[in-house]
Amino acid sequence: MTLDILRMVGFGGLVLVVGYPLGLYMARVFAGERTWLTPVLAPVERAVYRLAGVDPSAEMRWTSYASSLLLFNFACFTILYLLLRLQGVLPLNPTAATGMSPDMAFNTAVSFVTNTNWQAFAGETGVSHLTQMLGFTWQNFISAASGMTVAVAFIRGLTRKETREIGNFWADLTRSWLYVLLPMSIVIALVYVSQGTVQTLAGAVTAKTIEGVTQVMRVGPVASQEAIKLLGTNGGGFFNANSAHPFENPTPLTNLLQVLSMFAIPAGLTFTFGRMAGRMRQGVVIFAAMAILFFAGLGVIYGFEHAGNPNLTRVGADQVASAAQAGGNMEGKEVRFGIADSALYGATTTAASSGAVNGAMTSMTPLAGGMAMLNIALGEVVFGGVGSGLYGMLIFALLAVFIAGLMVGRTPEYLGKKIGPKEMKLAMFAILALAASVLVLTALAISSPAGLAGRLTQGPHGLSEVLYAFTSGVGNNGSAFAGLDAATVFYTTTIGIGMLLGRYLFIIPVLAIAGSMARKKQAPPSSGTFPTDSGMFVGLLVGVVLIIGALTFFPAYALGPVLEHFLMHAGTLF
Amino acid sequence: MQKYTIPAVRMALVTLVVLGLLYPLAITAVAQVTMPAKANGSLVTSGGAIVGSELIGQRFAGPTYFHGRPSAAGADGYDGQASAASNLAPTSKALVGRVETAVGDAVRDNPGLTAGSVPVDMVTASGSGLDPDITPANAYAQVARVASARGMTPEAVRRIVEENLTGRQSGFLGESRVNVLRLNMALDAAK
Repeated sequence: MTLDILRMVGFGGLVLVVGYPLGLYMARVFAGERTWLTPVLAPVERAVYRLAGVDPSAEMRWTSYASSLLLFNFACFTILYLLLRLQGVLPLNPTAATGMSPDMAFNTAVSFVTNTNWQAFAGETGVSHLTQMLGFTWQNFISAASGMTVAVAFIRGLTRKETREIGNFWADLTRSWLYVLLPMSIVIALVYVSQGTVQTLAGAVTAKTIEGVTQVMRVGPVASQEAIKLLGTNGGGFFNANSAHPFENPTPLTNLLQVLSMFAIPAGLTFTFGRMAGRMRQGVVIFAAMAILFFAGLGVIYGFEHAGNPNLTRVGADQVASAAQAGGNMEGKEVRFGIADSALYGATTTAASSGAVNGAMTSMTPLAGGMAMLNIALGEVVFGGVGSGLYGMLIFALLAVFIAGLMVGRTPEYLGKKIGPKEMKLAMFAILALAASVLVLTALAISSPAGLAGRLTQGPHGLSEVLYAFTSGVGNNGSAFAGLDAATVFYTTTIGIGMLLGRYLFIIPVLAIAGSMARKKQAPPSSGTFPTDSGMFVGLLVGVVLIIGALTFFPAYALGPVLEHFLMHAGTLF
Repeated sequence: MQKYTIPAVRMALVTLVVLGLLYPLAITAVAQVTMPAKANGSLVTSGGAIVGSELIGQRFAGPTYFHGRPSAAGADGYDGQASAASNLAPTSKALVGRVETAVGDAVRDNPGLTAGSVPVDMVTASGSGLDPDITPANAYAQVARVASARGMTPEAVRRIVEENLTGRQSGFLGESRVNVLRLNMALDAAK
């Protein structure tokens, strides 16, 4: 247990050690400054602009920026949708996958374009190698890069003065994948292969075991997708079992690299923000608030998973940790990861908007699973998705200065800019749109026969399964309480809509706020300014995130995970 | 509208080719040239035939072999084309019932093992259904059965288990474990 805790603290240190220099590097990349990769990549960058026919130096207003983003994402959706429908007749299909039905293709295409990577199909049988590469690997890069563009545009909106322009979408997009995501993915993919993650164009390998049983094992171009799956906080598994599958995540070292990959860019962007704001402390404050929330959640998940499931003890299983076993709640977990690495992964994947899993989320003890769900429901601002975590947390920062301003009677301002009613309305709209989408869609599901039919479990866990599905979809996370049968038309459609609402009803107000803030004057701090680079502000920000999350979701959680926790200890089964 | 649509489509196609085709194919080429054994699935051969992958668990049913964990992959478990967890809730009757049955079977099959001391990984399904490992506690619990079925002394079997323990990676990452296929092949080699 001591070693477990040391490793978790060490992980926090690693995130800082990797995130800080990466953040400074990204600040240079997005400013168009020279980096050590420029000599190699600048010719490629120019070729991309020429082939796409875009002018990377043309500054855009927020409306042009948003239109470019939306139409680009729509073009990606269309291509991916067609690919999914037609994969049965296209090449590179060694496992003979058939074309998806319209509702499944809609759900899947939305899922990968919005950085959700929710999967209502099994990777082994649902898609061809061509779809995995051309469709999913491509969108793993692009949806992450799209999130990064919004974050950078939002930082420019906060830090530029008296302008209508917030950058060029095409330049931000291209620099995101070309200078950040692609070079890192190449290195990480090869490290994964060195540990045993497969990378081949073959479809399956057949073995005859020493007891004489035939075992067919699916393989494929996994490592190349795995690298960007985590780095881009995507999370869609090549295989059904996702990162629990030994061909995706073969060793404890790959597991560490995966959790680190999920946090590297979101953590780095807080420092990119500090650098672009001209005051690193502003970024450090955001990082600190995220780190506090992360470790609190991790502690909850680890504690309950380590304690195990009393019902299993009652029927004779030994869950006590010893030198010869990690113990704890091992249902749905891999031996090589045990409790500590599984809890770390579960906390990270839900704090970041990743959704990759190295074990079964639904088999976690109720409050550990509930904590994972709450991580998503808080808006995935605890480091969060690539780009989306930072802009989400900055929206909460605006809200925090506004609330602080109301409490102590000071003018709400952030980075020297006054926050007006327009910005507050947009920020509240974004936050409420997420919460309302989750709760309304869940209510719809549990009050309709089609929604209730999908549950694997009765009782409070059945509610948790449905609530988790919509929280994950709207939050663009993609992990699941996978007992729920989400492959029905009801769920593919409603979760598909949820993913769209969660992504774009947040991005559009964020870009609108960016446009509005960019036009404002920047005033020097005065005695009436509430400082946003202090420890006090860290506490305020953490408080605002928790209060909004708790007030919104507590009633539903009381009937799901909290109730299940007490029933589990009372021995009530469903 | 057209001002945005044409670059959007062209940018989508350019990135599609670079990120969806060139990148995975380049990684495949480098992996296949520099690390073919790993890239193709860490396959284990015996007498020239593939008997499995070091990374993918498989079903062992006979008393002379160490058994892996319960598996929810496919109808019979350990289906390499259908990785899956049970996805049962902690308050599920199906889960608790299944564990209770597995505890009963374990106690019946393994001399010296009693209800209450059955290692939890022995009676719970893994996240992938293809977990290649068991905990040292699980392996030790099976030593008496395997030794008696093979006509070996428990000390000899236990020594083979200890020789096949995998410690934490680099001394501190992950958990200690025993690869079931490697252990069983070592047993066959020892007899």
